Amino acid sequence: MIKEKFIIAGKKFKSRLIVGTGKYKNMSECAKAIKLSGANIVTVAVRRVNISDKNKPLLMDYIDPKKITYLPNTAGCFTSDDALRTLRLAREIGGWKLVKLEVLGDKKNLFPDMIETLKSTEVLSKEGFKVMVYCNDDPLMAKRLENVGASAIMPLAAPIGSGLGILNKTNIKIIREQTKLPLIIDAGLGEASDATIAMELGCDGVLVNTAIAKAKKPFDMALAFKNAVIAGRQSFLAGRIDKVLMGNPSSPKKGII
Amino acid sequence: MKKTKKIKIKINGKKKSIDNDSYLLKLINDLKIPIKKVAIEFNREIVDKKKIKKIKLRNNDVIEIVHFIGGG
Repeated sequence: MIKEKFIIAGKKFKSRLIVGTGKYKNMSECAKAIKLSGANIVTVAVRRVNISDKNKPLLMDYIDPKKITYLPNTAGCFTSDDALRTLRLAREIGGWKLVKLEVLGDKKNLFPDMIETLKSTEVLSKEGFKVMVYCNDDPLMAKRLENVGASAIMPLAAPIGSGLGILNKTNIKIIREQTKLPLIIDAGLGEASDATIAMELGCDGVLVNTAIAKAKKPFDMALAFKNAVIAGRQSFLAGRIDKVLMGNPSSPKKGII
Repeated sequence: MKKTKKIKIKINGKKKSIDNDSYLLKLINDLKIPIKKVAIEFNREIVDKKKIKKIKLRNNDVIEIVHFIGGG
């Protein structure tokens, strides 16, 4: 098998599956699912410390940031200013420079506001952040993000948490053709085969949260996604056959009795 | 005995009455917040933890203390 690396902003990772840490029943369920998924990177949110309930469990007590790369995100931010403020604070917690930018534009469909996203990407890149950018599956916008210094392009498969799978394979393929940056499908996956499809389209990785956390059996689904990403990557590297309209027998025609 | 003057500050969106001239670091320690695992914003500016010792609280100061939680 071909040995190949998954590199983001100069850092090597073993697993091409990135998982979110939200929506789990509790921290221990989250930690176990992450372990089973084999992910080396997890997304985390930045929120106020609960000052009245100090006994609330801390994420860092369950997922060791020395072993798993924390990818702070700006989930819930609707303006560039909010996103910048959030990520500057995230960096302050412990030197995190690799971040996930997500600036939403609509509370119902949760589509990214690409104008605010583009602005934020430029500012953050200039400040030395390595920005992995959640974006629409729009090749032109993806190009513009790359031009202002994005470290990874993360187009949605479908709206966040929708579970609809990859809605526009053509656009994902076009983005793949045009960029050498890590291309990671972020948001909207519903089942393991969606991850395989993403990898077969030539994506470098996938980011999954809801599909694992809200599955009936999150641990089994974490494992399924792990295997699906590996299968999809191997399939992509192996090179699929051409599609033809008519049948082509698998057994030789010669020597038929 | 001289009564200590109280001031009002806002911490993580909640109003709190504390002694005038209190130190921010003392407030954080009193709240048992693990300083290494959080980031602090003081009147919309990020606090450099190396310099936090010097910060004294005044009336109407706004403090935000954040950390990482589960998210997608």
